[in-house]
Amino acid sequence: MDSILHKEYTVVQDDYVNAGKVSSDIKSTLSEIGISPKVLRKIAVASYESEINLIIHAYGGKVFLDVGEDGAVYLVFKDPGPGIPDLEKALTPGWSTASEKARGMGFGAGMGLPNIQRVSDDFHIESSPEGTTLSLVFRSPV
Amino acid sequence: MTVKELIEKTGWKLSTPSLDTDIPVEGAYCGDLLSWVMGNGEPQQAWITVQVHANVIAVALLREFSCLIVADGANVTPEFAEKAAAEELVVLESDLPVYESAKKLVELGI
Repeated sequence: MDSILHKEYTVVQDDYVNAGKVSSDIKSTLSEIGISPKVLRKIAVASYESEINLIIHAYGGKVFLDVGEDGAVYLVFKDPGPGIPDLEKALTPGWSTASEKARGMGFGAGMGLPNIQRVSDDFHIESSPEGTTLSLVFRSPV
Repeated sequence: MTVKELIEKTGWKLSTPSLDTDIPVEGAYCGDLLSWVMGNGEPQQAWITVQVHANVIAVALLREFSCLIVADGANVTPEFAEKAAAEELVVLESDLPVYESAKKLVELGI
């Protein structure tokens, strides 16, 4: 894939204070290169939920943003573990393993992955105890 | 209706006085579960919640809400108001419970 834009970010486990910063940068970066507001809103939902997952559930992780020549937006969220034991359950709306601390802040609705899956054009997730990789594609209507 | 008119008609406190309130309000969304709000809210709605912490600001901005209405007298700290102002999110404080606050918006035609 020829990428016309590439950015990488680091997300830190339990860093609730900075939660949303990566998603906010992704949104403004993509807005600057002319991705439509409608697609941007979908990307904002997916990137925020994925960023929060890295903070709440993973040992932090990396985020990779790429934009193809055709305007398609590629987002990859990669973490070093601990992995999702039951992917099917994790993709079920309402199912959550969020901590009491996270729930106290209004996380843990069990809508994270279902929301991401709903708004993305391509959704691929792989998980093992060594880590989880979530790959998303958003296509811009030409 | 604009946020400015909403404040005039409800008397709700504006916690972010440094921000422009000439922003259209096209409806409202009530909720405290962030993913629920993220998944179901729409741009230009007023978001009514009792959650007051930094992640609420992030969700409100990413979801492009026109303002945040902190209901039921939930405590808006100076730090929260300052952060919201810095990130340009208009925050109002309503002493009414969530349901009553929403009812007020309906009465005003939102």
